[in-house]
Amino acid sequence: MAQLSQLTQYIESYVDSSRSSTQQAASVDAIAYLLKNDILTLETLVTEMGMYLTTTDNIIRTRGILLLAELLTRLASKPLDNVTIHSLISFFTDRLADWRALRGALIGCLALMKRKSNMGRVTDNDARAVAQAYLENVQVQSLGQHDRKLCFEILECLLDHYPESVASLGDDLVYGICGAIDGEKDPRCLMLTFHIVEILARLFPDPSGPLASFAGDLFDILGCYFPIHFTHPQGEDVDVKRDDLSRALMLAFSSTTLFEPFAIPLLLEKLSSSLPLAKVDSLKYLSNCLLKYGDDRMTKHVEAIWFSVKDAIFCSEQEPMLSLASELLDHVGFQENEIVTEAIILLQKVILENSGLSLSLIVGDKDINTIVNTVTSFRSYNDIPLQSKHKLCAIGRILYVSAKASITCCNRVFESFFFRLMDTLGLSVRNSSGDCLPNFDYVFSERLNFGALYLCIELLAACRDLVVGSEELTSKSVSAQESWCCMLHSFSSLLMKAFSSVLDASTDKDAYEADIYSGVKGLQILATFPGEFLPISKSIFENVLLTFISIIVEDFNKTLLWKLALKALVQIGSFIDRFHESEKALSYNYIVVEKIVSLMFLDDFGLPFQLRLEAISDIGTTGLNVMLKIVQGLEDAIFANLSEVYVHGNLKSAKIAVQLLECYSNKLLPGIHGAGDFEDVLSRFAVNIWNQIENSMAFSVGAQENELLNATMTAMKLAVGSCSEGSQGKIIKKAYSVLSSCPSFTLMESMPITGTVQLEGLQHTQDLECFSCRDKWVISLFASAIIAVRPQTHIPNIRVVLHLFMTNLLKGHVPAAQALGSMVNKLCPKSNGVEISSTCTLEDALDIIFNTSLWDSHNHGPLKRCSGIGVDNEMGLANLCLSASNCQLLQVCAIEGLAWIGKGLLLRGHEKVKDITMIFLRCLLSSGGIDNLPLNQGSLENNQEQDVLPSVAKSAADAFHVLMSDSEICLNKRFHANIRPLYKQRFFSSVLPILVSSMAESRLSNTRSMLYRALAHIISDTPLIAVLSEAKKIIPILLDSLSILSTYNLDKDILYNLLLVLSGILMDKNGQETVVENAHVIINCLIGLVGYPHMMVVRETAIQCLVAMSRLPHARIYPMRTQVLRSVQKALDDPKRAVRHEAVRCRQAWASIASRSLHF
Amino acid sequence: MTLGLINANPVVHAKKERVARTEDLHGDDAVDPLEIYDFVRDIRDPEHPYSLEQLSVLSEESITVDEKLGRILITFTPTIQHCSMATVIGLCLRVKLKHYFPPHFKVDIKVSPGSHANEESVNKQLNDKERVAAALENPNLRQLVDECLYSNEL
Repeated sequence: MAQLSQLTQYIESYVDSSRSSTQQAASVDAIAYLLKNDILTLETLVTEMGMYLTTTDNIIRTRGILLLAELLTRLASKPLDNVTIHSLISFFTDRLADWRALRGALIGCLALMKRKSNMGRVTDNDARAVAQAYLENVQVQSLGQHDRKLCFEILECLLDHYPESVASLGDDLVYGICGAIDGEKDPRCLMLTFHIVEILARLFPDPSGPLASFAGDLFDILGCYFPIHFTHPQGEDVDVKRDDLSRALMLAFSSTTLFEPFAIPLLLEKLSSSLPLAKVDSLKYLSNCLLKYGDDRMTKHVEAIWFSVKDAIFCSEQEPMLSLASELLDHVGFQENEIVTEAIILLQKVILENSGLSLSLIVGDKDINTIVNTVTSFRSYNDIPLQSKHKLCAIGRILYVSAKASITCCNRVFESFFFRLMDTLGLSVRNSSGDCLPNFDYVFSERLNFGALYLCIELLAACRDLVVGSEELTSKSVSAQESWCCMLHSFSSLLMKAFSSVLDASTDKDAYEADIYSGVKGLQILATFPGEFLPISKSIFENVLLTFISIIVEDFNKTLLWKLALKALVQIGSFIDRFHESEKALSYNYIVVEKIVSLMFLDDFGLPFQLRLEAISDIGTTGLNVMLKIVQGLEDAIFANLSEVYVHGNLKSAKIAVQLLECYSNKLLPGIHGAGDFEDVLSRFAVNIWNQIENSMAFSVGAQENELLNATMTAMKLAVGSCSEGSQGKIIKKAYSVLSSCPSFTLMESMPITGTVQLEGLQHTQDLECFSCRDKWVISLFASAIIAVRPQTHIPNIRVVLHLFMTNLLKGHVPAAQALGSMVNKLCPKSNGVEISSTCTLEDALDIIFNTSLWDSHNHGPLKRCSGIGVDNEMGLANLCLSASNCQLLQVCAIEGLAWIGKGLLLRGHEKVKDITMIFLRCLLSSGGIDNLPLNQGSLENNQEQDVLPSVAKSAADAFHVLMSDSEICLNKRFHANIRPLYKQRFFSSVLPILVSSMAESRLSNTRSMLYRALAHIISDTPLIAVLSEAKKIIPILLDSLSILSTYNLDKDILYNLLLVLSGILMDKNGQETVVENAHVIINCLIGLVGYPHMMVVRETAIQCLVAMSRLPHARIYPMRTQVLRSVQKALDDPKRAVRHEAVRCRQAWASIASRSLHF
Repeated sequence: MTLGLINANPVVHAKKERVARTEDLHGDDAVDPLEIYDFVRDIRDPEHPYSLEQLSVLSEESITVDEKLGRILITFTPTIQHCSMATVIGLCLRVKLKHYFPPHFKVDIKVSPGSHANEESVNKQLNDKERVAAALENPNLRQLVDECLYSNEL
């Protein structure tokens, strides 16, 4: 806390230049604090400081004034009365003459003048006094950079805040400013000077005012900066960019019309320079000046500008001129380069400002006319020499821009060029009076002239964009009397024919590529004129659509043409949708959409099915209405094929249905998502699938069964997932009714909760085979629907459903397990208030899952085999996992099911997941050893089967993978799962210690390897950042698991994932310390993996890790050098090239830690 | 050592663009001339700050490989007939290949026929194990070779 009594001390420590800068800053802070809190008044301070402010010692006086100025800067928000301000500003104004103590005076003036008016502000008179003193005394150019910047800030402030008072200084002011800014070089100061000129020009707009006499001088000063060439080194922290400077200068240039006589010649001159930067800048500046200077002054320059722009567009080195392939249909044009872009913008502005003069220049231009005549003499695109291609393109752009500017411009351009082009194309005849008429008898036999076609398309595009682009020029206001409309009208149908004939004649060879592009583009433009626009009649529009559709149906062998036609159709569709063209939409629906949909039902077409799907999904994206129709059509096709499959087991239909379903779920559903109206469609789709199953009692799905079922399940899940609660409820209800009508599923509602689940006729050894095909479909689809529902959706008879899934889970039906997982993930934890008997809380569900005895070993004959188990004859799921040890298949199924349930709980952060983890762990520990023991006598008949079955321990280890990995199939955001943030990290940190400790205890090698497997799953699925924090503990285990896993060839994916974690640790800074500690072990492990025979990427990654290791501290890794080099030498002979390359890199890295060459 | 450059004004050619091989995991990844060329094209010329590729001393076509027999044959073309640097260039090639290929490959390095005045003696020198080993023990030569192989001037 600052003390008043220490004031002198503070002042003293600031003024004393031997003190450190932190001390000085601290004392300023302290005094400012005193002032702000009114402990000290300014008057007292000034009196106190009196000596320091007036002493003849230069250094002390400088510091004193600076202190006062600094303090004022900090008091910007403290109200001060006028008298104080007046006396302070008078003081600082006086001090401006004191060149030795100038900085303080500058800062002080600036601080006072920047004050807001409600806090007490400098009066106009005082401001004028400051300006006068400033102009008389301060020699800006002789000051240092920082002081100059302050000076400019004062000028800027004066001009900004006190324009009237400084304006009265007139010539003096302008002269002073010229003197101050002349020759400035620092970018930060330049930003200010450019701005000062801009404000100054605003201050004296009068053509006979003070600025007028200095305009030439001022522009001389400014002009030499153009074009800004700014190569400030990167290191210095100047936050001014070249673009900022350039923009500031541009504003200064265009600030007043007085600069016009000087600026325009300069800009035109620089435009002809060879420096691209200068060209771009000149064009930009010209565009800006054009607007600011106004029509009157610019008229005389229009001609000069036109020639420069023409040169810029023609001479610019465009790379590939018609970059047709990349741009596709939007802009058939050229690779944009900046000069051309800017030139085009400028041209556009010139035409808008002064259309009459500029257009007559363009139309009458000799170059353009000769080029139009010569270019059109080449028939095909490839015949045109490169030079002419450039010119053709340039003219295309120029004509486009000029025709698009306005209706009158459009008329002029059409009048001068359109008929000529028609003549070249041979589409016109002249009558006796020389008028140009469409030649309807023209026979399209030979190839049309590409150049003329191209220019013609540019013109069409221009007038289309003109009509579409401007709001007020809606179709009605463009009267048909406009001459371009008349011309277009008379030729439109002929043009349409011309474009189609181009496409007809094309083949899929390169020579025709340009033709195809222009033909498609021409047709597309004709089809996208808005609404009731007269020149283009409805029949033409429909003809265009028919042409495209026939290409889609027939010309699928011409890949490029087919693709472009489809794209054009899509764009026409979106155009219709965007501008709400109801009439055209009708034709579009009628011609395009219905045809496309009908493609789905015809199977005798040549068009490959994949292409049909592509067409249908692309067209679907054009608009909601279209999408609706397409989805409807696709659904019908799906159902038609499915019923073929259900009833006749038709293989071909099954294949088609799979493709259709995939298209439906992968392409159409993502597009629909979010559009509200589609919910009905989706729910209807789901319900219809159920209806169909309900109606077909006899099922015979053949070889494609699994694939088809999977596709149907995915579609069902996605459809249900995108519905709201209400429709989901309806779907589930429907599904449930179908389910309950199946005789093989007992869904007795009266079933006691703790009772035994009936497993009639269950032959677990045959697992799913015992399902009838239809039952399998019903239960699988029901499970998919349950997986995708929202948490709030009502599920009827939830307890019964739980039981059903539980029994199916034991038969090894994975979707049932996933459904159970989603159910426990989404159920409400506790029902509040009145409990309705039919609702089921999470606790109830868990109770059912874990405490229902699933296995009654006495009741069922076929299960007698397993009767050795347990003292009590009834077993819950948990016990099944653990102790059905002589009935392994059952145990495996139970574990897998439990894993999915556990995942559901883990995602929501339920604590029960701990118990489940412990169950898995006990499975690991107990059965890992047993596996090697001779099998129990009771299960002898299972002997052969058990050899091929995954062992219990292995499936328990893999259960951790299910728990930790992200699943695409269920329990994700798309299917409304309840996911807590950071659940993986939490699980990782809670399970890791348990696993580590049990690893230390276990003796059996088999058990240990299974523990490592589990750990490998957990580590590789945890986010790297969490693993890093435990790096110390993890690395030894990780290395052990790597070496254990590398002995089996079946686990290569696990091995690879683990290796990636290791490489992640190696690359990260936070892991470095542990890595250094364990360098030897890590290197030994990696050396082992360099020769891993089963997977190439493992070898590659291992060698890359070795490269990373070579960057560790020298002393630590040097002893390993020879060993590494020897092992990498072997990798030089690897069968895979990528590995060899890495080996070479690694060898070099390791060899060079000792010397530059590869000595050993 | 030398009083002036042997070829003061070599013709410099443009570097060819490196084509990334298409990722084909199941393809045949046998050693091919391009792979070898990729290793040696960036060796610097002993005299000039250009790579052997730029000076057209080497090309992909001048390398042949027989993986079954484990043989690599490189023929290079010195920029001028009496170039005394030919042996140094050959030595660089040999050293680099020795490091980058497993030892069971037998590497033959030759100047292309008719491109050098002492063709025979140069070839003999380059393919004589003893003489190569001896040359590499000469510290001056060794340094020159190392500079060519690990130069950053390119």
